[in-house]
Amino acid sequence: MTAQNKSWDTPSFAVIDAIVHKHNIEKGSAIPILQEIQETYGYIPLIAIERIGRITGIPDGDIYGTATFYKMFRFEPPGENVIKVCRGTACDLAGAAKIAESINVETSAAEGETSYDRKFTIEKLACLGCCSAAPTLMINDELHSRLTPESVRKVLKKCKCGDEGSA
Amino acid sequence: MKSGTATKQVKVGLSSCGVAVGGRGVYDALAAKLKGMDVELEPTGCLGMCYKEPLVEVSLSENQHFIYGDVTPERVDRIIDEHIVHGRPITDWLLTTKSSGFGKSDYFTGQTRIVLRNCGVINPESIDDYIAAGGYGAIEKALAGMSPEEVIEVIEESGLRGRGGAGFSTGLKWGFTRAVEGSQKYIICNANEGDPGAFVDRAILESDPHSIVEGMLIAGYAIGASQGIIYIRAEYPMAARRIELAISQAKERGFLGTSILRSRFAFDLKIRVGAGAYVCGEETSQMMSIEGKRGTPRSKPPLPAQSGLWGKPTSTNNVETLANIAWIITNGAHAYNRLGTETSKGTKVFALSGKVARGGLVEVPMGMTIRKVVFDVCGGTASTLPLKAVQIGGPHGGCIPASLIDSQLDCDSLHSIGLSMGKGGILVMDESTCMVDLAKYFLSYSQGESCGKCVPCRIGSKRMLEIFERITRGEGRDGDLELIEEVATSMAGASLCGLGQTIPNPTLSSLRYFRDEYEAHIKDKRCPAKKCKALISYEVLPDNCTGCGLCVGYCPTGAIGGWEIESEICTRCGLCMEVCENNAITVSHKEGGDG
Repeated sequence: MTAQNKSWDTPSFAVIDAIVHKHNIEKGSAIPILQEIQETYGYIPLIAIERIGRITGIPDGDIYGTATFYKMFRFEPPGENVIKVCRGTACDLAGAAKIAESINVETSAAEGETSYDRKFTIEKLACLGCCSAAPTLMINDELHSRLTPESVRKVLKKCKCGDEGSA
Repeated sequence: MKSGTATKQVKVGLSSCGVAVGGRGVYDALAAKLKGMDVELEPTGCLGMCYKEPLVEVSLSENQHFIYGDVTPERVDRIIDEHIVHGRPITDWLLTTKSSGFGKSDYFTGQTRIVLRNCGVINPESIDDYIAAGGYGAIEKALAGMSPEEVIEVIEESGLRGRGGAGFSTGLKWGFTRAVEGSQKYIICNANEGDPGAFVDRAILESDPHSIVEGMLIAGYAIGASQGIIYIRAEYPMAARRIELAISQAKERGFLGTSILRSRFAFDLKIRVGAGAYVCGEETSQMMSIEGKRGTPRSKPPLPAQSGLWGKPTSTNNVETLANIAWIITNGAHAYNRLGTETSKGTKVFALSGKVARGGLVEVPMGMTIRKVVFDVCGGTASTLPLKAVQIGGPHGGCIPASLIDSQLDCDSLHSIGLSMGKGGILVMDESTCMVDLAKYFLSYSQGESCGKCVPCRIGSKRMLEIFERITRGEGRDGDLELIEEVATSMAGASLCGLGQTIPNPTLSSLRYFRDEYEAHIKDKRCPAKKCKALISYEVLPDNCTGCGLCVGYCPTGAIGGWEIESEICTRCGLCMEVCENNAITVSHKEGGDG
């Protein structure tokens, strides 16, 4: 089993409103709302911020300010697979930069970019907490550790074939 | 598979580190093969031996536990056939044996497991397993016969100090919050373990989540809070899932809710998942984040004990701190404070990573020497190179040279050599590590995590990083080191929160102990460890090269042609050297440095 490819839905008011209403029963719910919107669409569509503001009464600017403060939130649709490369200290010492290079070679996307075929979005973070099996990365929600430039290529190839193979 | 009567038991470590190296496949293979056999198969958490995951433990009788390391689905057949069916352990694959509990083996000797008592032993997704191991006995004891003040007294007497980095007495902290008038109080579990290189809290949350639920219950009872919040970072999805499951199981059994265990105590627990901000490990920032705002810190006083979340009295405690609570209530303050040193009581879990032979989690009494932990418990360096330095405490900590490894691991001894325990991450480095590059790494990490609210942290970290970048590019100047020290000292003194105040720690400690390496970069334009890209070059050794072309395929810039690596195009990523099977690529100091 490799990472699951995900096709994202197109934003709709009805879905966004339902998410906001679901969480809006207690104060301080802006972050859980944003998180569920991102889980649904893969990113925070700007229109969602307006809807959250309208329903919760929080000024749009405050919601945008909150959303942009946290690194997890994206404002552009990601590719089918989101690869999070751990750049924690242990991974860095174990050659995370080489893993990142290798991913770049394989997908033609650098850190922070989405590949041209929209199969991969590459992100970096620190740290996934698998330091004693470094270097590590996460594809969607699945962890892969003790990587080498070669093994990461294999993992990515499996991902690419994932949807073609099952078709 | 779980029959309850089976005496034969197989456990598979399925916490993040196990899953990341294929533990799930091993579990599935075992499940398929053990079908119909009278063998109990259970997932378990992290035993701490992350370096050998996936781990499989086979117990044919109550007192015999055999642990296999590096298990693959292909090895499952032989383990079942030879060991489980015929009772002949496969010694070649055997990692260690536990005679009963944690018996004799290199890795476990010297460890004292209080926090990790259930990790890798019970099924973290089963409340029955936790209860069978004595779980929820401490809250029962507290509710039945102890007043909140008595609970606080026991915790204070135990000498437990907060494990989140600051090392403040947990009992005192609870006492402050208890003493404040107020009908609504909050207890927060800080599970935003952001330090790169620390994974203690992740392992506890994934392997023994009910111990945190019970710790929160006792803390809530002690300070008079009816609401608890676990703030967990988004990078730990498995930990969040397991703690969520633990909360729902505890609710079902009546450990959470109203009139808990037929007492008048009511307590509710919920989780908040972070959104990727390191600074939200700082308590006031975390409260802002829980309130749905930008996670920036505020100045203290007022202390959170007086005015915390939503302006109400709040106590924030770290995961590892809370994991100690139930044990202390059950076993008494004396059982805890007889361990450790004069001022640092009990045990501490350390997360070993880097160039260490046996990386993972170890729990030792406070005051053990660094040498004992790194060499005796964890087997020294993983390579043939000698130990160069040890970094303790991640981005708030510092590094010390190999000559100081007889120092003790406790709050005050570390402080005296300029270090802080931080969250307990220990990074082991051999001679291949460049200390300037490492300090730059921590600085660039912290600079990226600065929330930007106060000037010393926002600007200071940026300016310091610029100087480091210059030095590692070979453009260091006279006076750079003094300038770094000046900026660092101002930042430490003038920043608003703990993040800004401790950002300079790794820099200052490495300057203190490895100044000559800095000088080599600045004066000779030379990186002694051959790590800083601008100061090195890669070459092909024609005698070793077989012309296989592997490196050419991997080179991202097409810099390799024949036996030449074109220096102008080469980005010094090192991929060619990494993939070469014939040691035909070498790295050397760049010729013609400006110095």
